[in-house]
Amino acid sequence: MASRPRTLYEKIWDAHVVETREDGTALVYIDRHLVHEVTSPQAFEALRIAGRTVRRPELTLAVPDHNLPTTPRLDSRGLPIPIADPESAAQLAALEANAPAFGIRYIPATAKEQGIVHVVGPEQGFSLPGTTIVCGDSHTACHGGLGALAFGIGTSEVEHVLATQTLLLQQSKPMEVRVEGALGPGVSAKDLILHIIGRIGAAGGTGYVIEYRGAVFEAMSVEERLTVCNMSIEAGARAGLIAPDDVTFAYLRGRPMAPQGAEWDAAVAYWRTLRTDEGAVFAKSVVIDAADVEPSVTWGTSPEDVVPIGGRVPHPEDFADESKRVAAKKSLDYMGLTPGTPMTEVAIENVFIGSCTNSRIEDLRAAAAVLKGRRKADNVRWAIVVPGSGLVKAQAEEEGLDRIFTEAGFEWREPGCSACLGMNPDKVPPGERCASTSNRNFVGRQGPGARTHLVSPAMAAAAAVTGRLADVRELV
Amino acid sequence: MQPLTRAQGRAIPLGLKNVDTDIIIPARWLKTISREGLGQGAFETIRAEPGNVFDDPAYAGAPILIAGDNFGCGSSREHAAWALADLGIRVVIAPSFSDIFSGNAVKNGILPVVLPQDAVDRLLDAAREGLEISVDLEAQTVTTPYQDRFAFTLDPFRRHCLLNGLDEVGLTMARGEAIAAFEAQRTAARPWLMRGTAA
Repeated sequence: MASRPRTLYEKIWDAHVVETREDGTALVYIDRHLVHEVTSPQAFEALRIAGRTVRRPELTLAVPDHNLPTTPRLDSRGLPIPIADPESAAQLAALEANAPAFGIRYIPATAKEQGIVHVVGPEQGFSLPGTTIVCGDSHTACHGGLGALAFGIGTSEVEHVLATQTLLLQQSKPMEVRVEGALGPGVSAKDLILHIIGRIGAAGGTGYVIEYRGAVFEAMSVEERLTVCNMSIEAGARAGLIAPDDVTFAYLRGRPMAPQGAEWDAAVAYWRTLRTDEGAVFAKSVVIDAADVEPSVTWGTSPEDVVPIGGRVPHPEDFADESKRVAAKKSLDYMGLTPGTPMTEVAIENVFIGSCTNSRIEDLRAAAAVLKGRRKADNVRWAIVVPGSGLVKAQAEEEGLDRIFTEAGFEWREPGCSACLGMNPDKVPPGERCASTSNRNFVGRQGPGARTHLVSPAMAAAAAVTGRLADVRELV
Repeated sequence: MQPLTRAQGRAIPLGLKNVDTDIIIPARWLKTISREGLGQGAFETIRAEPGNVFDDPAYAGAPILIAGDNFGCGSSREHAAWALADLGIRVVIAPSFSDIFSGNAVKNGILPVVLPQDAVDRLLDAAREGLEISVDLEAQTVTTPYQDRFAFTLDPFRRHCLLNGLDEVGLTMARGEAIAAFEAQRTAARPWLMRGTAA
């Protein structure tokens, strides 16, 4: 039977619909569920109160990341150092108790496999192409870089997945972001996704699942694809994905939770069918020429507030829409920026390299390449590198990257979400400015009153060396 | 979940666009293991500003919040919905909502009402005048004493759950056989999909 041409998103969706209600809501099967300490305690508590169990414990993986301090976790005798903050400690203790109580595999804070959920999932081969992946965290979109349909959920949905291994969902509309050509030297996946968000806006993807297509994404490593898909949510999209290919398969082969032997071959044969059909229709399409993308930086308090590094702080009056003029004025007040200032004249006091967006080995290599033989500027008070997982950390140490960072004046930390979200001890002080490889420049995101400029790892390194936002192309 | 059929009363005229969930409830409040009491930290950065709408006695106890485009963007934290519920908010009216937030809202008895910008502007004016706004989920309308009547739609399943205060987990658990059949077929066709951490 000839079926209508479908997009990659529609193929994955169709393969997971258990049944459709008369009102159009679908019961969708969830293949993989990642759990961390912040958005799960109330879900486990609700299960306990209702006397419910976890339907498929082996399809859930738990690891703490948001709350953990990134300072050493073991004392000189090799014993775990307790978390000083009592609330954070209680949240961690809740996950440590809930996971085994419900039969869920748990990676403890002190294990070498521990890390940010969105780094750990792909690294362990838990996240696989063509699967549905959820987590109580909006950056779950990240796993779309492997060709999975991955999205963030709230705590009630965490409970729903634990109890039923499904979710009740409305299908999103398929959207295409096509980028042809090749990115220029010094222009990274992070610069591209910031450029895309600047172009389509923070709500440009609302109601859609984005498929990133074209030569630029085909040429990317898995790490770069994860960076792009990670920030789909900053454009409002529920998820973002990239069709799996030989690059994806080479990345996954041999990972601990990936299929092995004959099952691996069968899996790859299936994954090769996961491509948008010729003639499939997207509800919305955006085409970008890679040659137009430059190293990018944010100036405001929404991820859509993006300019090329050679640009200037905008004038609120430049915006056509009244609500955007109001928002821009508020943003500039908060950011302490004067319209018309060249971005390269903005001095920074803090540098953060890390987060689920940019803490993988390639990110650390890109930053270290800029920092090698250099030192942070005197006005940079605090510079930290937080590897995405213990395995990334070990790999970086094997390559000697840790020494490059520490010799440049950076602190080399333990894995976790760190200064991305102002929840654990790593925060940017009020009124200070941070060049950050994270994903959100919201008001107060990195700590109350903190001013965030989102950049790539190489650009963060360039900012550390010059003490201001800088064009990395002038340093290499 | 507390059912919702109608809400009537004063409305808080927030009006801002891109109100992210870090604004609704900053991360430092997320260390709780309970759903209760989050109203305390709600809109903390806005409430630090003198003369803000949340501390204006004119809107004390208002069950409706009116905001700009893309309300609830950013983090998936359901704490944002819990914080609004703790403030007594039952309805949020905006030109658009983030997908994750609107799902979280409905699961906590909060109705997200999508209306065009000009209707939202009109309601903001009415709210600032201290007029009562009435939201009827049965009829799917928002009305004001000025005889404004704006129609909205909510997807039928969410409307059904809100009107009846239904727990989705309970509904889905009743479909256990259909889920088991799906799992059996999957295990036969692609066993590796069902192994997960047991691989």
